[in-house]
Amino acid sequence: MKHTSKALMLVAALAVGACTNADRFDNDPSGGGGAGAGTGQSTGIIPGSANDPTSSAYFQQTVGDRVLFAVDQSTLGPEARATLEGQAQWLLTNPDYLAVIEGHADEQGTREYNLALGARRANAVMEYLISKGVAGSRLKFVSYGKERPIEVCSEEACYAKNRRAVTIISAGLTG
Amino acid sequence: MRQAVTAALMLVLSGILMPLAALAQSGPLRIEITEGVIEPLPYAVPGFVAESFEAQQLAQQVTQVIAADLTGTGLFREIPREAHISQITSFASPIAFADWKAINAQALITGAVTVDGAGGVVVKFRVWDVFAGTELGQGMQFSSTADGWRRLAHKVADQVYSRITGETPYFDSRVVFVSETGPKNERAKRLAIMDYDGENLQYLTDSSAIVLAPRFSPGGDRVLYTSYETGFPRVHVLSVGNVQSRILQTTEGVMSFAPRFSPDGTTVVYSMTQGSNTDIWAMDIASGATRRLTTGPAIDTAPSFSPDGSQIVFESDRSGSQQLYIMPAAGGEGTRISFGQGRYGTPVWSPRGDLIAFTKQNAGRFHIGVMRTDGSEERLLTASFLDEGPTWAPNGRVIMFSRETQGAQGATALYSVDISGRNLRRVRTPSGGSDPSWGPLQ
Repeated sequence: MKHTSKALMLVAALAVGACTNADRFDNDPSGGGGAGAGTGQSTGIIPGSANDPTSSAYFQQTVGDRVLFAVDQSTLGPEARATLEGQAQWLLTNPDYLAVIEGHADEQGTREYNLALGARRANAVMEYLISKGVAGSRLKFVSYGKERPIEVCSEEACYAKNRRAVTIISAGLTG
Repeated sequence: MRQAVTAALMLVLSGILMPLAALAQSGPLRIEITEGVIEPLPYAVPGFVAESFEAQQLAQQVTQVIAADLTGTGLFREIPREAHISQITSFASPIAFADWKAINAQALITGAVTVDGAGGVVVKFRVWDVFAGTELGQGMQFSSTADGWRRLAHKVADQVYSRITGETPYFDSRVVFVSETGPKNERAKRLAIMDYDGENLQYLTDSSAIVLAPRFSPGGDRVLYTSYETGFPRVHVLSVGNVQSRILQTTEGVMSFAPRFSPDGTTVVYSMTQGSNTDIWAMDIASGATRRLTTGPAIDTAPSFSPDGSQIVFESDRSGSQQLYIMPAAGGEGTRISFGQGRYGTPVWSPRGDLIAFTKQNAGRFHIGVMRTDGSEERLLTASFLDEGPTWAPNGRVIMFSRETQGAQGATALYSVDISGRNLRRVRTPSGGSDPSWGPLQ
């Protein structure tokens, strides 16, 4: 029973992860040059729009701002790592941005444990970005536990999207 | 005859708590809270006599609160006014015991309410053992300002409860909790404080920042909680008197949460997250000096002191899943005490010291349960989609907790349950509620 549901959750997580990253990684499976390729095509782009590769909209929609986790886990799967490769590249290409990684849990868990679990997830993301060369001084993390679900149903379809770490970027102090 | 009456009066309720020595106590009117329910004890509480015109409405209200307290325990059953034969028209009048026996009122509570010229309220009362034809204990009176009348009623009910059960009471107590409004994905949370029965609610914070898991100080004068006021979860302490709060844990860049007071109120234990690791720390409130109590890469959180302050029960996933452990208050190796199926969290040590309440997750359900401090005699008291966060009544006989319903419209509410698992009741709150912490007897 437990194994079955875990397997299902993993499938759901993978499916969603694939969706989020389809635009970027289907075109460039190596995961290395996406942001760089974007930077090249700078004519006719509205600054700040999702077409502007230096915009936070681009980061959210094209790079992918979130990774998902299995039940009670903080391990980064292949899809999550691919997304984070892109995030790391983007952050290296756009050095004026800072990032806060928000860790979240689904509602199946006690409140304080889920706070710590969300922290584990966010920290896993932060450490991965650092391992890819992003300066730790540009990153910090915070956990919301189960306090900020984005999906409200009490089913795995919703839980899978709520077990997430979201990288929120903001313009740095130097502007 | 006397034997039979005594036996009939011995209601037998939940297990394990009542020392046998208590059987030797005073009068025959007695609820023994021990094993297995027979039936709640029938009692009558005729409307308290108003001894001044100003007291007429108040006398009725006081009587209603007393009856609600007693009946709300599940240990007592009120005989309705319509069934009464005798009327009590003066506090000093002799009791017509035969009239109360005839309706099988085993206990009778009489009282009177006066409002003095300055607006002060005085409530006096007597408890009668109807079948013995005697007074149980002595008449007493309590007084307060006009706005304190509910507390007077709770104090009377506390006396009645205590005289008949031999237990310490809990009605004159308050609860701090998180008041919740709005849908799941946009929930607003505020700290609120109220009487144990949901009355006299007062908000302590606005909803601008997420607040979590408040805990009363042993004296009830301060509240520890976690707030995102700084954008980051941090332990705060709030003074109930002037509703002023300050951040207790100030280390930059680390999350601190799950704070609880030591029994002497001088120390706070809490969780702090560094990297992926969450450990339990202790802080001396006066000096701010901190000490680490657990080490290792696991999530160690939800600490709770034993009443004597010598030990701490907490949850850890060091074994791979959430389980309960006990360690010395100075920190160190924990001894695992939970071994059943599923995950165990949020342990709270009973004020009597003998039991630990917890939240258990197993097979997709949540339970509130209790176990002995060595982990034996686990009993699950509730089951639902999501029950969590137990807190003990000051006498260790009742547990309050939060329950959340399933689905997109899911909402939270506070419930209480007897430690026997009986008398599950919803606590009235104006909106949703979670994370209750039951304060001391006032």
